[in-house]
Amino acid sequence: MKEFIEQRSIKQSGHTNKKNKRMIGVHNITKTYAGNTVLSIEHLEIPKGDSFGLVGNNGAGKTTLFSALLDLIRPTTGHIENNGIKVSESEEWKSITSAFIDETFLIGYLTAEEYFYFIGELRGQNKADVDALLAEFEDFFHGEILGQKKYLRDLSKGNQKKAGIVAALIGNPEVIILDEPFANLDPTTQIRLKKIIKDLAADPNVTVLVSSHDLMHVTEVCERIVVLDKGEVVKDLSTSEETLKELEEHFNK
Amino acid sequence: MFKHFISLQWKSFWRSASLSSGIWMKIFMGFWAVWFIIMMASGGAGAFFYIKKELCLDPLEVVSRFLIYWWAFDLIFRYALQKMPVINIIPLLILPFSKNKIVSFALGKTMFSFFNIIHGFFFVPFSFFLIVKGDAPVLNVLLWNVGLMALIYANNFLNILLNNKDSLIYIVGSIMAVLGGLHYFGYFDVTQYTAPFFQGLYTSQFLFLVPVLAVVGLYIIAFRSFVKDLYLDAGLATKSKNVKTENLEWLDRFGKTAIFLKNDIKLIKRNKRARSTVIVSALFLFYGLLFFTGAIEVYNDPVWKIFAGIFVSGGFLLSFGQFVPSWDSSYYPLMMSQNIKYREYLSSKWWLMVIATFISTILASGYLYFGWEAYLAVIVGAIYNMGMNAHVVLWAGAYVKTPIDLTSNKKAFGDKQSFNVKTLMLSLPKLALPMILYAIGHYAYSPYAGYLLVAIAGIAGFALRNMVFDKIERIYRTEKYKTIWAYKQKK
Repeated sequence: MKEFIEQRSIKQSGHTNKKNKRMIGVHNITKTYAGNTVLSIEHLEIPKGDSFGLVGNNGAGKTTLFSALLDLIRPTTGHIENNGIKVSESEEWKSITSAFIDETFLIGYLTAEEYFYFIGELRGQNKADVDALLAEFEDFFHGEILGQKKYLRDLSKGNQKKAGIVAALIGNPEVIILDEPFANLDPTTQIRLKKIIKDLAADPNVTVLVSSHDLMHVTEVCERIVVLDKGEVVKDLSTSEETLKELEEHFNK
Repeated sequence: MFKHFISLQWKSFWRSASLSSGIWMKIFMGFWAVWFIIMMASGGAGAFFYIKKELCLDPLEVVSRFLIYWWAFDLIFRYALQKMPVINIIPLLILPFSKNKIVSFALGKTMFSFFNIIHGFFFVPFSFFLIVKGDAPVLNVLLWNVGLMALIYANNFLNILLNNKDSLIYIVGSIMAVLGGLHYFGYFDVTQYTAPFFQGLYTSQFLFLVPVLAVVGLYIIAFRSFVKDLYLDAGLATKSKNVKTENLEWLDRFGKTAIFLKNDIKLIKRNKRARSTVIVSALFLFYGLLFFTGAIEVYNDPVWKIFAGIFVSGGFLLSFGQFVPSWDSSYYPLMMSQNIKYREYLSSKWWLMVIATFISTILASGYLYFGWEAYLAVIVGAIYNMGMNAHVVLWAGAYVKTPIDLTSNKKAFGDKQSFNVKTLMLSLPKLALPMILYAIGHYAYSPYAGYLLVAIAGIAGFALRNMVFDKIERIYRTEKYKTIWAYKQKK
């Protein structure tokens, strides 16, 4: 995994490396469905290089926020900026952003390899680049993804998720959005995934956004945690020793 | 108990996302159902009078002769289009219903399928005239009908048994094709051997028992195998074959477009729904026979020749193209958040249609048999298809918002067919415009002037390609959020 990070840093050394530069900016967004407000965030900034965790109960608006970030839904009011670009106006942000939200990000009739190469081609990576990256994730795949002679749609939910997460890392993205990455994974894979996310977070060029229902995992991998409740930000914490306790108390109300 | 099943069915039909989407959909479906019924019924009546008056033959004898083909086509058609009754069974398994009840309901449901009932609309009017105008004995005609319906229902259950056994259906299909070919060229006439059977359903009073017993037997076999397979890892399992990773590197010469082109080819090869569309479009190749052989009188008008040309060369374009971008509906959010230029995505679809039209045109060279003018109509149709229709289809696609379930054939006909006023309007330039253009040229000057006009319209379409793509791109972009939302609404 270390090589993977080093490789990334070498590739990106040309970029400006100023910490605290704003990467994601959310401005006054609301999303209303038939008079029912599901998301309402006045202001939220995520600096470059941050590892950002989003927690909240079902229906709190986590996936809605991520979908709006990816310009998959249009907020009722307000706008979102990614690297200074309004996501709904230009598509320039797409080349530096990658995501795995749910199975609609997988192409069911491809094998895992074909899917990785397809994403690679879209992101300007040749086969050798993709192969080199995949080699780094041999542990994570646990022999269940590559060379399986199966289409993605025939893999188990957990294995589909593994493929989707790794595909989101192809092509040196600077913003990586993972919705519920720990769900459906076996314990061993969860631990390996935590390592992967921590390593990504250590790279000052990469901004990671993760949502989870598992408070332990998210406090372990994220430097900052935002709690959403009924579409609003109710807590914004820098992770420390007490964070887990504080979160547990919040959700135990 | 059945009350529960029926109410579940009722709700699943009326509450399905795509059906509740609009009144137009319902009207459209109703329209097609009525259209089919009228066509079949007038076909039944028409066949009787045509054979009797024009050919001076015994209608019953002639129809009986060709019933073997009818039966085989029905089976192939069902295989391609009729959906299996397995849907919605899984949640019922652990509820306190007996398995026999579930299966008898699922099988019973298929008996009311459109695929069975439609045949009645042909045979009932036909039989009516047989009795009234042909003085055939009522009892015998009745038995003949019972025998035929039993054969149709035998197909119904056979299809359930054959489901997912691809090789068998291909064998049946190719045997029929070979027999049909031998028949046409006069080497061997299979109907000589089968006609006595179908005729016998009428003349003998007991032969009808054979198909009836066959249906009962097939029902029992289908029932048993269904009950036995009512497990998640047996009949209800989604099958997965061993597959190989493919590279299709030879397509890389198309540059950026190749990325999507490679994907589309895999899409067609690996998904049942897409494959059946390709099969249907191959059938369009034979559509021209109706026109160029003069088999149907109204089609003898010269304007219809260009109509035939459009269909023969554009089968794939019209059947596959009308669902762009819905083919990608199951992973549309991925496409929309990836580093993709709409232009490249669209142009790959465009290339796919152009290549397919080109191949169809080559395959259609068999029409040279009817004289080179027949083939000219196909070529001109192809030019118009590539230049004009390929764009119009993409444009109409921007408004298509029904998700496609790639892995199953269900509802290839039904409520998946998105329909709204815009797509209707856009279907006019696809078919009506070339016919009008041709008519102008044909009647004002000569047939060649007609062809020339249509070809010029097609070439003009090529010339305007960039402008049209800009426009389509804009529409796709404004419709994007609605499309993503609609694709999320699974049945």
